[in-house]
Amino acid sequence: MAKLLQISGLVKRFEAARPVVGPLDLVLESGRITAIIGRSGAGKSTLLRLLAGLERADGGTARFDGKPIDPADVGVVFQEPRLMPWLDVAGNIAFGLHHLRRPERAAAVAEVLEIVGLTPHSGKYPKQLSGGMAQRVALARALAVRPRLLLLDEPFSALDPLTRLAMQEHLLALWRHYGPTIILISHDMDEALALADHIVVLDGPPGRVVAEFGPDLPHPRRRTSPGFQRWHHRLVAVLGTAAREEIHAI
Amino acid sequence: MADLALARDHAAGRLQLKLPQPMVGLLLPAGLAVIWEAVARFGLVAPNLLPAPSAVGVSLYRLALTGELWTHLAATCGRMALGFALGTGVGTLLGAVGGGSAMARRVLDPTIQGLRSVPSIAWVPLFILWLGIFEASKVALIALGVFFPVYLNLMLGMAQVDRKLIEVGKIHRLGRIALIWRILLPASLPSYVAGLRGGLGLGWMFVIAAELMGASEGLGFLLVDGQQTGRPALVIGALLLFALLGKLSDLALARAGAALVRWQDVAEAL
Repeated sequence: MAKLLQISGLVKRFEAARPVVGPLDLVLESGRITAIIGRSGAGKSTLLRLLAGLERADGGTARFDGKPIDPADVGVVFQEPRLMPWLDVAGNIAFGLHHLRRPERAAAVAEVLEIVGLTPHSGKYPKQLSGGMAQRVALARALAVRPRLLLLDEPFSALDPLTRLAMQEHLLALWRHYGPTIILISHDMDEALALADHIVVLDGPPGRVVAEFGPDLPHPRRRTSPGFQRWHHRLVAVLGTAAREEIHAI
Repeated sequence: MADLALARDHAAGRLQLKLPQPMVGLLLPAGLAVIWEAVARFGLVAPNLLPAPSAVGVSLYRLALTGELWTHLAATCGRMALGFALGTGVGTLLGAVGGGSAMARRVLDPTIQGLRSVPSIAWVPLFILWLGIFEASKVALIALGVFFPVYLNLMLGMAQVDRKLIEVGKIHRLGRIALIWRILLPASLPSYVAGLRGGLGLGWMFVIAAELMGASEGLGFLLVDGQQTGRPALVIGALLLFALLGKLSDLALARAGAALVRWQDVAEAL
């Protein structure tokens, strides 16, 4: 039986009585890339913060392989790189590895640096990096701790289109190498279709699942292929319906 | 001078004076000294009120020849170093405690802010009563002056660290101490360095107050001695030495601080 990330009745409220998320039920298969897409305010980032342990749920559970999510299993990449400006690239990647002895830590950092292609830049400070490089460092930092669950909150949305495409290729390569379960929050339908085998459409508030898809497209996915375009139109239709319902409600 | 060159900035259509950076700061005092010397030489001001810079220099030179100047300089610098170390130590400790814990901040900060508003001179009688007229009360007064800016800048610097960086620490399961040590303290270094420089400046002000309240040696003693014996050159010489020491120590601290925060992404000087 495949291992699962199982979310049951998850609820989050902030100040108001009305929840911003849930009750939300969702089952994701381990080892896959799942994209969660939806409009702004649908509760995507709140869901990710709940899974990352940065917010406390007001109800419900999230279990990974049958157990509550262990923070040691989780890596997170945010929309902005969030690098420590006083640490160089190698220092930032080593940030979560302080439990390791120095030689092991150096070896782990060297390995990840090599994979993300930043070895020549290991001594640079964040202020010396481009946006794409900084986000690669953030991805490398998250992967260096070998997370079983990698949460990505619109990690490429601030990048220019070409860098974004390159980063998506990087992500696929890293996923194939490390094999974590990935949850990717995105606004970008093409990004979701290019990367994910499971697409969840969230709408709200309160955030709830309005549709789920498993695009049957072979990798590597060409964005110009008829199959890709067909799936793109399906997603547009689902998100468009949700948007129209919201406008009618107003 | 080889380094001195005038270059025309054609794009902006303005003149730029190219000098080594530390030299630029000497232009104003050097110019003032020349004007001051001229004013004194031409007898525009009475020498018993404003002796010429050359007379001030001669006065200090004589003191240096007798060795007296070095004794006074050593006394002032020694007090300052002790007071600065003490004030920095306590300010850093309490600043880190207040910056690292909102609860500690709520307990500590109102009291410290209240004490901060007490004028420095108001502490003098109490310190003399508690610590006597000799070194301990002087060092304590200097330490007090240094303490407040160091505490305040470190505490505020830590309390205002970007939430997003703290979240990265939480995701990597840092405990409170590790969070303080690995994120809050390094992130607040620029503010801390500014606090150290502010503390150093106040320390030099408090050292004068401390030495004026009764000392047998030190630059503050020279000020009082010069006033009581009618030697304005000595008074002005002591003032200039205070200014020189303050500037040099600040320069050293600024250089050391710049090395600590070279990672900062700040604009080049305009």
